[in-house]
Amino acid sequence: MSSPVLQLSNIVKEFSGVRVLHEITLDVLPGEVLGILGENGAGKSTLLKIISGIYTKTSGTVSVNGKVVNLKTPVDAKKLGIAMIPQEFNLISSLNVFENIFLGSEIKSGLFLNKKTMREQTHELLKELKTDLDPNALIEDLTVAQKQMVEIAKALVSNANILIMDEPTTVLTEHEVRILFELVERLKARGVTILFISHKLKEVKQLCDRLAILRDGHLISLDEVTGLNEKDMARKMVGRELNQIYPEKSAPQEETVLKVSNLSIDGVLKNINFELKKGEVLGFSGLVGAGRTETAEAIMGLRHKDSGALEVNGKRVEVNSPVEAVNLRLAYLSEDRQGKGLILNFDIPKNITLISLKAYVKGLINKSLERKKVKEFVSLFDIKAASLDTKLINLSGGNQQKVYLSKWMDTYPEILILDEPTRGIDVNTKKDIYHFIRQLIDDGLSVIFISSELEEIIGLSNRVIVMRSGEIMGELTGEDINEEEIMYHAAGLTRQTA
Amino acid sequence: MSKIDWSKYAPLIALIVLVAISAMASEHFLAARNISNVLRQVSYTGIIALGMTFVIIAGGIDLSVGSMLALVGVLTVMILNAVGEGWFAVVLAIGAAIALGALFGLINGAIVTKGRVAAFIATLATMSIFRSLTLYISDAGEIVSTNQKYPDVGGGYFLSVPNPVWVFLSLAIIFHILLNHTAFGRHVCAIGSNATVSAYSAIKVKTIYLITFVITGATVGISAVMLSSRLNSVSPGDAGLFYELDVIAAVVIGGTSLAGGKGTIWGTVIGVIILGIINNMLNLLGVSAYLQGTVKGLVILVAVLAQYKQTR
Ligand SMILES: Nc1ncnc2c1ncn2[C@@H]1O[C@H](COP(=O)(O)OP(=O)(O)OP(=O)(O)O)[C@@H](O)[C@H]1O
Ligand SMILES: [Mg+2]
Repeated sequence: MSSPVLQLSNIVKEFSGVRVLHEITLDVLPGEVLGILGENGAGKSTLLKIISGIYTKTSGTVSVNGKVVNLKTPVDAKKLGIAMIPQEFNLISSLNVFENIFLGSEIKSGLFLNKKTMREQTHELLKELKTDLDPNALIEDLTVAQKQMVEIAKALVSNANILIMDEPTTVLTEHEVRILFELVERLKARGVTILFISHKLKEVKQLCDRLAILRDGHLISLDEVTGLNEKDMARKMVGRELNQIYPEKSAPQEETVLKVSNLSIDGVLKNINFELKKGEVLGFSGLVGAGRTETAEAIMGLRHKDSGALEVNGKRVEVNSPVEAVNLRLAYLSEDRQGKGLILNFDIPKNITLISLKAYVKGLINKSLERKKVKEFVSLFDIKAASLDTKLINLSGGNQQKVYLSKWMDTYPEILILDEPTRGIDVNTKKDIYHFIRQLIDDGLSVIFISSELEEIIGLSNRVIVMRSGEIMGELTGEDINEEEIMYHAAGLTRQTA
Repeated sequence: MSKIDWSKYAPLIALIVLVAISAMASEHFLAARNISNVLRQVSYTGIIALGMTFVIIAGGIDLSVGSMLALVGVLTVMILNAVGEGWFAVVLAIGAAIALGALFGLINGAIVTKGRVAAFIATLATMSIFRSLTLYISDAGEIVSTNQKYPDVGGGYFLSVPNPVWVFLSLAIIFHILLNHTAFGRHVCAIGSNATVSAYSAIKVKTIYLITFVITGATVGISAVMLSSRLNSVSPGDAGLFYELDVIAAVVIGGTSLAGGKGTIWGTVIGVIILGIINNMLNLLGVSAYLQGTVKGLVILVAVLAQYKQTR
């Protein structure tokens, strides 16, 4: 067997005295794809950030190709051929795609930037990633999936031989995930070593050679993937058996709580019509750019509508701002938790009560009431943080998502629009969220569930609407809610045959 | 397990060190009269700095405060003279000053939010406009109050402390509560941290932003009353000249981030006092008045550099 490219021994990391990694010792072999699994807050990102020079370890050693190295900054790591695709975007939104990709490694001719070459190379890279992104497009105009592709391209441009991917697929749809996996296979064939974090066990099974499992900052096991099934992985990760991921579906009532008619936005949405029943989980499926997020944002008054009427509980309503939407007990959990959901330099209570603050104000904010309520959410969703005063930026990705969900639940919504709510959430918590949604349904809420994960759409929805390019392509119920039917509509095959 | 975050107390520590050095450097420094003088001198810019803290936390800036002070001052004294003698006229003039300040603040805020002009540019323009209107209205001549009672407002004492100092400190307490214990204060921090997230959280981003300018305008009105009543006159060319610099410097020295999103009122109070002590020391030590700007500039640089280090 070849000698390891990367050796970690006794890696310890503490944040202001709190130990989040306990003496991790791990060898990574050249050309392998090593999966790293663990619950939210287990320490996966922290470990990989140490390898890529973003965090400095408290103690322990890292060796690359047998030599002990001192990683102080991402530049050190880059020099050693280590590149990272971070969990949260690290792009400059006022710059365009190629400028971001070459940020810090600009190609110059003489004193000047060689924009032409950079643009061409970006074009090549994006072609390899099979996206039709324009190298000149501004980052702020891109969807999250497109931003993710830019992050991937950015990591590739440095020709790294150790590539770290922290949940690269969470924001991608199946199609893009397939492209990414083909790319990983190609890189692997070139001898590149890949460290891969994901909460999607199926992907891990499919892509990885070996699997390291972390629990509460300890390395629990290191196994060959062959011979493990998804259930085994989940069990090792959580420490116990996981049963019944999806709750039983319940039957929705007759009553319509939300009716959307003729909703159109020029160039974005075309004549959207649908109804949501009380107690229903209405799934929205489709590929990237299908217009699901735009539909949700239009309903919430976050986007200008060119036409369209809304009825809530049978009454015609005008919603031109999120303030009006919240007053109607509508809630929208955005797919972009960092860009649209959370204030990262605020602590946990201030984030959770940002929308519902009125409920805590009697002239002044009643901070003890606020904290009491927040503690309930922290235990309900098992939010892991050093303390309530922890700023959101210092929470793990999955725990941020739980804070975001709490923030909307505190508005006591009646109609809840969830846009990729389980993004970056571990299997165990995912299960908790599914059961929580079922609980909400039992409490009389109605849910619009937007997701790119077919499995959860199928597992949860009473009815599924499939969108494509801003149009509704079909509506599925009962037995028709299956992968084949959904993909068929999402690919637009209905129109061609008609 | 949580450690004390010393960087949070940097302005306070700087103040203590500065007081200790000053006390050693000059025997006059700690004299009650000197301290009271320093506090009175800083209270005019200090009052405005309290309002400016809100604008800066919300992600904006207001460069027009100095000119606005001159304009409000001139108009206030004119109103006072028109109404006549007695306390009634004084009270009316004070009300008018605050209302005018708030109105000018509203104009700044409206240009910024409705017209979508960057705060820096919008208030740079109104800075020029306010000063020029002041000169025009007053015909560039000093406007003197004829009211006998008016000088007592800014020149008077209560419990041997100058009135402007009382106003400054009381406003500081009110604004501290406004910033830390009300929904409005929370929303100001939110919009300054991330306006998109705030909009998605059903916060009326533009309204909140606009209000911060109105508040600053009102503090300018109060400051205009304090200053013009103490001097019993307003000089249209000099009143409030370069106040914007001292005000913004005090806010920044107090640890409020120019990038928006975070800051404290007590930090601003300390920033204001630090600037005042530096001026006072340079005077007591007989340093050339021409060099004082250099020292002030260096202090601002150090404060900003310290902040920059923190965010790395
Ligand atoms: N900068 C930081 N300051 C303080 N604590 C931190 C910081 N970064 C991470 N932590 C803590 O370290 C622990 C591990 O976090 P990490 O981000 O590595 O988790 P993760 O396994 O990547 O989780 P997820 O699946 O949710 O992304 C968490 O408890 C987190 O709160
Ligand atoms: Mg992570």
